[in-house]
Parts: sequence; C-alpha cells; structure tokens
Amino acid sequence: MLEVKNLVYEVVQDGQTKRILDDISFVVPEKQLLVITGPNGSGKSTLAKILMGILSPTYGQILWDGKDITKLSISERARMSFGFAFQQPATFKGLTVKDLIDIASGTKNSIPSACEYLSRVGLCAREYISREVDNKLSGGELKRIELAILLAKNSEINICDEPEAGIDLWSFDALVRLFESEQKTFLVISHQKRLIEIAKKVILLKRGRIEGEGSFSEMRPLLENQTCGKLSEVQNG
Amino acid sequence: MDKIDKMLLEKIADLHGVPQGAYNIRKNGKLEARAVTDEINIVSKKDKDGIDIIIKEGTRNKSVHIPVILNAVGMQDKVYNDFYVGDDCDVLIVAGCGVHNSGDKMSSHNGIHTFHVGNNSHVRYVEKHLGVGKKNSERNLDPVTVAYIGKNSKLEMEMIQLGGVTNSTRTTTAVVGDKSSLIIKESLLTQNNEKVKTQFDVELKGKDSKTDVVSRAVAQGKSVQEFVSNVVGENACFGHVECDGILSDRAQITSTPKIVAKHKDALLTHEASIGKISEQQQIKLMTLGLNKEEAEERIIQGFLQ
Repeated sequence: MLEVKNLVYEVVQDGQTKRILDDISFVVPEKQLLVITGPNGSGKSTLAKILMGILSPTYGQILWDGKDITKLSISERARMSFGFAFQQPATFKGLTVKDLIDIASGTKNSIPSACEYLSRVGLCAREYISREVDNKLSGGELKRIELAILLAKNSEINICDEPEAGIDLWSFDALVRLFESEQKTFLVISHQKRLIEIAKKVILLKRGRIEGEGSFSEMRPLLENQTCGKLSEVQNG
Repeated sequence: MDKIDKMLLEKIADLHGVPQGAYNIRKNGKLEARAVTDEINIVSKKDKDGIDIIIKEGTRNKSVHIPVILNAVGMQDKVYNDFYVGDDCDVLIVAGCGVHNSGDKMSSHNGIHTFHVGNNSHVRYVEKHLGVGKKNSERNLDPVTVAYIGKNSKLEMEMIQLGGVTNSTRTTTAVVGDKSSLIIKESLLTQNNEKVKTQFDVELKGKDSKTDVVSRAVAQGKSVQEFVSNVVGENACFGHVECDGILSDRAQITSTPKIVAKHKDALLTHEASIGKISEQQQIKLMTLGLNKEEAEERIIQGFLQ
C-alpha cells in the first residue's frame, strides 16, 4: 500500500519561499484507480513527480508497504515496481518503440509479445514497433506509446500524468477500459469526467492543498462547484 | 590471425570467421585472404596499391567483404579500392578498418574508395572504423569516398567510427544521377583528445535525384568534431542534411551544413542540433529501472546506432 504523510514541497522564487504542496496526506487504494484532479497550477504534476522520486519533498514521508521510500532514487523506485507515464513523453533519436518496451520489461521481447502492448493501447502494432520514438510521431501517438511502455513495465504502482491529453475519442475508450481491466494500482492525474467517474477514489487538489477526497458520488458536489479547472467531457479529435 | 585480429574483424565487419561469398582481407598492407565468385571478381591493381571489385550486372542478394586490419606499430597504409557495380544489382558491401597500436609511433590507414554504380541498382555499403590499443598511442584514419551513381539506382552508406581513432579526416564526394538516391548515415564517437573532421559534398545532378545525409556525433572528453556538408541541387531534386551532436565534458562540435540550389525545382533542407544528453530522456529511462549511467549509455548507443 502506498501512503503519503504530511508532504510539503517548497521552492524559492526571487528570494521568496513559495509552497507548492502544503501538508498532503492520503492513502492510495491497492489495485484500484485513484484520480487526482484540480485546477491548473494546483500542484498535481509536482505531487506525481515526488511520488516517482523525480522531485524531492521539502518535508513529509512516502511509505510503500510501511517502508519509508522518501529518499529513494527514481531508479530504485522503478525497480521496486513504480511506473510513470509522462504528460509530455520524452522523444529519442535512435531508440525505437521496441527498444523502450524491452528496457521497460527488462527482457528482449519477441515481436508478437512487444506488439501485444501496443495493441492494448489501440495502436496498430506492426506500424509502430520498429519506429523511432522521435518527434515525427504525433502527440497522441507518443501518449499511447508511453502507456504501452508503462504496461510493458508491469509495475504495481502506475502513475500517469494526464494520460488522456492529446488522444482521440477512440483511444480514450481504450484508455478507460485499460484502467478498468488492469489489476494494478493506478494513480492518475486527470480532468476527465469519465475517468473520475470510474475511479475508486478521487482527490481534489487546490492551491497545493487537498480540498476533498472520497468516491465520485461523495465528491460530486465539490467537483461541480469548481469555478476553474472544470471537469472536461471527452472531445473528439 | 591472432586474437586481436579476430576481435577487430568482428567489430568492424561482424565477421566471426571467413565470410560467405567474395572477400578480400588486408592485413598490414598485404593481402591476407581472398575469395571471388562467378558474380563478384576482385583484382589487384597493377599501378598502385589496391583492388578493383567488379560486380557483374544482374547480381542480386550477394555480398562482398573487404576489411582491413593493421597492427604493425608505425605502419602507414594507403589503399585504392574501386567498386564497379553493374546494372540491375542488389548487393551488400562491407568494408571497415581496425587499427591496433600500443606503440610510440603513429599508425595510419587511408582507404580511397570509388564507387561506380550502374543503372537500376541498389547498393548497401557498411564501413566501420575502430582504433584500439594504449590510450596515448596514435591511430589515424583518413577515408576518402567518391561515388558516381547512375540512373534509377540507390546507394545507402552506413559510415561508423566506433572510437579510439586519434585523428581522422573523412571526405565523401558524390554525383547522383537521374531518379537515383544517396542515403548516408554517419555515426561518430570521439573520446579523450581525439579529433575528427567529416566533409560531405553531394552533387544532385540528375532529374529527380535525392540525398539524405544524417550525421550523428557523440563527443566526449576533450575531443573535437567538425561536420561540413555541401549539397548542391543542379536539377529538380530533393536533398536533406541533418547533423545532430551530443557532447559532454569539455568536448566541442562544430556543424556547418551548406545547401546550394541551382535549379528552381531543387528542394533542399538542412537541420543541425548540438547539446548535452537530454535530462528528460535520462529521467524517462530511469523510470524504467536504469540508473543514470546506464540510461546515458543506452541513449548514446541508440543515437549512434
């Protein structure tokens, strides 16, 4: 079980200390979907990066099955079964989709088994498996490849930063099915109503603090009252 | 052949033994082994050091290997190799040079390769260069490549410098005919105090001729790399030049891509980027379980592939 205790993240800007995350505590339900939502600038992506070890918190603790992992590096967390899908995936000159799937799964996959991960995110596998993960791919393609790599890593805790951004309606359905079908823990940053609806737990973050947490039905009034960062319906295109 | 020779052959020509088909292995300026076939003949030149590789028209799905190994300290080897590829061929040519030098005197190999590619042919050429031995021993390689490509043909060149070469001046000149294309993928790795200058001059002479020159450079230590290209479009043609460099430590990379259009239907583009390894790429691979050093190595390996 993943537990976050009294997490604080501060940065110094122009000589002033600015608190980005303020006393964040929550528990991530095991093998379920947790959605963290909230207006832009509320600290969602910062929180996700702290959980993966990309950023270090100023104060607070992160516990995984009771063990304090706050000071562990990105690689150590990755090897402990943490996975991360970036909001803006990195592109690589010279590394193919298959290369990244092989690195993620820690083994040299056969072409059919590597293709399986792509099919699960709605990509026609043969078209992509040997392609370089470079900026010739569209934003939507990169996002889906990022998810395929996450699946290949087969992590217990999967952190996804706005996985729906830039993907079309068809692949959004595939994404929803993916979160519903995988027997893994997913911690997803999202504004999408449909993802929030299927989540076991929803956390609303506002100005770096937890404004509320609970099931979708419990959170509904609070989410609908937001004046900014309103929930988005899935859009075509 | 000793253990080092075998290692060099494996690295520069992927050879684990005697290759299939035609081959010519040169060691320390002399012929070590040769085989010819009905379709690919290899003849020693009479007027200078070198060979003519004659590939009969209609030769398809065949290969020829012509690796060079050098392990004599202070040896300066120069060789002229001319390739005559007939019409309607589809062949693989594997060249490359491995220099082992741990002595005080400089060793060098200069291979001057000239390609005469006929019509309707496809040639894939792979050339790898490697220097091994003591860190301060000097190993120099100055390859010169000249290509004349006929009509409706394609010449693909993979030119790779694997590292350990102290000084290198690499010159490639090509004239591309009607509906023909020249595809060049160059990968260069320099470390310590190594220096390399690479220059491409491509003349797109034929109607609907094409070229794509992609050079990827990794410069580490205090090494210095210079990339110069000059693509001239003299007809309705398409040309693209790309030079990407990753540098670390106190290394330096200079890129000068030049394009000259002399015809209104010539379309020429170039792009160049130089920088350190992207932190975003490194972090991504670390989220997949690699540590920082492993991530860096994998990024460079992929980049130079």
